[in-house]
Amino acid sequence: MMTFQEIKKSFLAAIWFMFLTFPIMVIKVNTIEKTIEWHWWRMAAVGLGAFGLSFLWRYLIRRKEAGKRKAEVGGEDKQTLVQRLLSNPRFYLPGLIATAVMVVAFPFVFSLYQTNIMITALIYVVVGLGLNIVVGLAGLLDLGYVAFYAVGAYSYALLNVHFGVSFWMALPIGAALAFLFGILLGFPVLRLRGDYLAIVTLGFGEIIRLVLENWNEFSFGPSGIANIPKPGLFGIDLNLQQSTTFIYFLMIALALMTIFVVRRLQDSRIGRAWIALREDEVACQAMGIDKTRTKLSAFALGATWAGMGGVVFAAKTTFINPTSFTIWESIIILCVVVLGGMGSIVGVIIGAMILILLPEYLRAFSEYRMLIFGVILVLMMVFRPGGIISDVRRTYKFEGLGNKTENKSQ
Amino acid sequence: MKPVLSVSQLTMDFGGLRAIDHIDLEVRAGEIVALIGPNGAGKTTFFNCITGIYTPTGGDMLLAAPGEGGPVRLNGLKPNKVTENGMARTFQNIRLFPNMTVLENVMIGRHCRLHSGIPGAIFRPPANRREEKQIVEDSYRMLEKIGLTGYVNEFAKNLPYGAQRRLEIARALATEPFILLLDEPAAGMNAQETKELDELIVRIREQEKVSILLIEHDMKLVMSLSDRIYVVDYGKRIAEGAPEAIKNDPAVIKAYLGEDIDA
Ligand SMILES: Nc1ncnc2c1ncn2[C@@H]1O[C@H](COP(=O)(O)OP(=O)(O)O)[C@@H](O)[C@H]1O
Ligand SMILES: [Mg+2]
Repeated sequence: MMTFQEIKKSFLAAIWFMFLTFPIMVIKVNTIEKTIEWHWWRMAAVGLGAFGLSFLWRYLIRRKEAGKRKAEVGGEDKQTLVQRLLSNPRFYLPGLIATAVMVVAFPFVFSLYQTNIMITALIYVVVGLGLNIVVGLAGLLDLGYVAFYAVGAYSYALLNVHFGVSFWMALPIGAALAFLFGILLGFPVLRLRGDYLAIVTLGFGEIIRLVLENWNEFSFGPSGIANIPKPGLFGIDLNLQQSTTFIYFLMIALALMTIFVVRRLQDSRIGRAWIALREDEVACQAMGIDKTRTKLSAFALGATWAGMGGVVFAAKTTFINPTSFTIWESIIILCVVVLGGMGSIVGVIIGAMILILLPEYLRAFSEYRMLIFGVILVLMMVFRPGGIISDVRRTYKFEGLGNKTENKSQ
Repeated sequence: MKPVLSVSQLTMDFGGLRAIDHIDLEVRAGEIVALIGPNGAGKTTFFNCITGIYTPTGGDMLLAAPGEGGPVRLNGLKPNKVTENGMARTFQNIRLFPNMTVLENVMIGRHCRLHSGIPGAIFRPPANRREEKQIVEDSYRMLEKIGLTGYVNEFAKNLPYGAQRRLEIARALATEPFILLLDEPAAGMNAQETKELDELIVRIREQEKVSILLIEHDMKLVMSLSDRIYVVDYGKRIAEGAPEAIKNDPAVIKAYLGEDIDA
């Protein structure tokens, strides 16, 4: 509705934006001739743009509100198209087969470059699912998660340099070391929650990176470690194309295993304890759940997947240095979980695909890439705060004694 | 009757505030005991101390399962250990797990009586499957006893208020306690719900063989349920005795001046 009120609001928004962008959009100092150029037309463009967009914005917000109210009145959980498709067996099976065919054909159909991007995305799927245990299930906001990724990558790289340990040996070792580090870093933060936990874990993540950067004798410092071997396949010599394809399938296998394990963990005594811990820490303890053990197990298991992801990352890039493990990396992984939908496995997978593939394909927009990325994130959080697949957790549906069925797959 | 819970000289300070001042209290096997007192008297704090949520400044707390060996000293135990040792509780301001179903809430109560760990969760050996099935069945049976089967698959947050209070009781009972602490279980309930709660409490004492220590403001409920009553005011115990004696105790009447204790 174009009431007077609405127009006034948009008008004010336009003025405000014109004012805000005035210094960067309108004034241009010509340093050579020492004159100032005034780009007034730009101001008009900003004003008109803001005026129009503010209508669109309010329209979208209204629609969202209306949708929410309808959901409340109807009492039904709102399901997205994806969720409906996933829970409908008629689409589920063909969909699964189609996906499987696509996944298998991918490295043969697309170029080496595309396969490499896909491998990266798959690493994020695995690592994101690991973080999902910590953040999505146990509700512990961990901003230093990349530390465990670094532990995995460096354990392979260093063990290989010093002892010639192969990829296949390093994979379990890296996972185990990350598990240990998860417990080690978990202990001091046991008492913390929410923002405090986030800040302290962020600190830990940075400490690990700084150690790697500065302890030259141990980690070769900023120059990193090069010539890390790619994973071997029974000693067969693989060319670049073949070995990339091999890593791709390796990652598919790892991702499937991760999904399998995380699903089972979710539906177990431990998984329920994690969720209870997230819901109410005091009540959880008062019901006889050991808070220390439960938190540590979430931390350590989450870290394990990061460790494995790290080993594969080192093997894939064949070169690592501390710049691969900055806070930015933690944030991206966290975005994968939050954007996809906390607690939802399918959500995390979709989140990883979007967050890793999108910036790659936005390369055409070069410097605007991160801007677009940011805008998409903000819009997502405004319009779908629960993530792409908001957590429709499988719950224990009870239908009479003796048979437990579960509703909705995710 | 031997006491299942005996607290002596319990004291709790918050900075300069003495919320509990040398309180003695005993609950015997099979008893229903009420802890009453004006708002801010320290009743909830008392519960928090004996369940390990607060660490008391002083005093001793002993818990002894009826019929079995020696008592367990509760001082310094974590809340989950207290529950493992057989004392479970509910909260004054309901603390359910809102985004878990009613059944799952009760299943959490079973947690401390079971053992399957991470390998069991991942590989699901037959023992683990049996245990999981058992949890679901036991939890459902518990809901039957408390009369909540109608809500079994609802999220806890969607339950009506009275049902939420009862679910807290079911969840606490699922931990197999021999003493149950109820913090204002009737708060916010209407007359009908309160009457049902009265019956429920009597029934679970018989069926589950638990002793009950309850904080309550509804005097009618307290008088009809309790075998004995403790009265606290400003953290001090001002009276102890059978309901009739408490009703006529001058100190109690003074503490409740203006409030109707005969209700
Ligand atoms: N965590 C706390 N920190 C400081 N003071 C507290 C705390 N918990 C309770 N108190 C104080 O202790 C006193 C007793 O409170 P409480 O046990 O909740 O009373 P009741 O349950 O009898 O109404 C009150 O004065 C309250 O303000
Ligand atoms: Mg209270």
